[in-house]
Amino acid sequence: MVTTTSRRAVYEQKRKRRSIAVATVSSLIVVTAIVLLVPRMPRWDRVRQSFFNGERFRDSFPRLLDAFILDVKIFAWSAPLILILAMMIAMARNSRSPALFPVRALTIAYTDIMRGVPIILWIYLIGFGVPGLGLDRPWNSPLLWGSVALVLTYASYVAEVFRAGIESVHESQRAAARSLGLSNWQTMRFVVIPQAVRRVVPPLMNDLVSLQKDVALVSLIGPIEILRQAGIDKAKFANFTPYIGAAVIFLCITIPLTRTTDYMMERERRRTTGTRVR
Amino acid sequence: MTTKISLQAVSKSYGAHIVLHGVTLDIEEGSVVTLIGPSGSGKSTLLRCINLLEPIDDGEIYLDGEDISVPGLDANPVRRRIGMVFQNFNLFPHMSVMENIILSPTRTLGVPKATARLKAMELLERFALADKADSYPDQLSGGQQQRVAIVRALAIEPEVLLLDEITSSLDPELVGEVLDVVRELKASGMTLILATHEMGFARDTSDVVCVLDGGHIIEQGPPSQVFTAPKSERAQQFLQSIINSGRL
Repeated sequence: MVTTTSRRAVYEQKRKRRSIAVATVSSLIVVTAIVLLVPRMPRWDRVRQSFFNGERFRDSFPRLLDAFILDVKIFAWSAPLILILAMMIAMARNSRSPALFPVRALTIAYTDIMRGVPIILWIYLIGFGVPGLGLDRPWNSPLLWGSVALVLTYASYVAEVFRAGIESVHESQRAAARSLGLSNWQTMRFVVIPQAVRRVVPPLMNDLVSLQKDVALVSLIGPIEILRQAGIDKAKFANFTPYIGAAVIFLCITIPLTRTTDYMMERERRRTTGTRVR
Repeated sequence: MTTKISLQAVSKSYGAHIVLHGVTLDIEEGSVVTLIGPSGSGKSTLLRCINLLEPIDDGEIYLDGEDISVPGLDANPVRRRIGMVFQNFNLFPHMSVMENIILSPTRTLGVPKATARLKAMELLERFALADKADSYPDQLSGGQQQRVAIVRALAIEPEVLLLDEITSSLDPELVGEVLDVVRELKASGMTLILATHEMGFARDTSDVVCVLDGGHIIEQGPPSQVFTAPKSERAQQFLQSIINSGRL
């Protein structure tokens, strides 16, 4: 027994050393190739001047950061509304009462239509269309209707995530709850929904990361958030570096969020399926 | 003796597949009725029909002389009088043992939380589970989970308890602790209807044994008669196969 474990340990260690060596060498080759080859491209100097200009970066960065606060605000008020609306749609779609057939049909039509058209189109249609009805301030603000467009479209995506979660809860859980005398609604509220939500947290996080980026689309109908501010700076100095600045700011938010999501998915996978097959 | 539950020509089918063929059965108050028979013979479906989890196609089911199979009847008050325990426990994994037990009393019967907890603790103590009150289902062994599921069903103080193959997914060495609980329930005078493959237990504990086959009750009577002198040929075959496999 002792010899088998140690034999295994020696083998595992050798394997590990080998894979680290392979990974290091291959990474080095790729990085060296990029560092050596890209500057040899004929117009590299021009690109570096207009995209990676240190002075322009330092100059525009504080303005971009200021503008990014608006992105964060749009995200902060849209996200909770999306979650609430999406849960309502998912539950309506999952209802079993025959009387609620029209509601079910309506939610199916809603998710199909909202998901079937690019988000940017909804932002144009709702963001320009509704204020065009001649509403008075503050009800004609593109910021308001751009956010509404985001909420309506994202709710349809997130509703599908919730629906998948609800359907993943085994029928026997409902049977147990009903056999205890719980009503249909109580079964949903106390037994099905809590389990469903727990299971869909990782895909939900994915959608929230996408939302954080798609908030920038609202800039297309007017509000000066980070993307629009970068565009203004670009036009003023005829230099693309502000876009790089904006990208850096987005990455500072999205990378930690994405890593957290992956970590949670991995944890969920380990919890539910045990060990990974090699 | 009064009749607690009465099944009159109960029929149930899934599409073209007929699961119950006009089953008629009277269950006396305080008796233990065991349903045995090969897999797919309709035992579980019969229990699910009594609990109104499955609507029946034809026939009637009476509880204390009252027809509970009327289409459109509110099933929830009936289910609070008829508890059910399942083969796979079906505990709610996101709730602790205590939360599992008090969910229905607090939400459906309006029992105050403190009272429900007190009563739940009494039940847990009675079944030697008091130290598990704050555990979560996946921290318990199969036998413990099934005993918790029984406690959860008892917490709504049902008049009848339906036990659907409650030992079938347990490791052999854990079957005993669950069957002990059933014996105690019998001693306390509760009306029990159980579907089981534990033939020795069925013989020793039941008042009435029913052999089901293809949706029919093909043999019915006290265990002494059903196990030793079955009348129908099919029941003889079934019991012979059980004896041959060493399970009786």
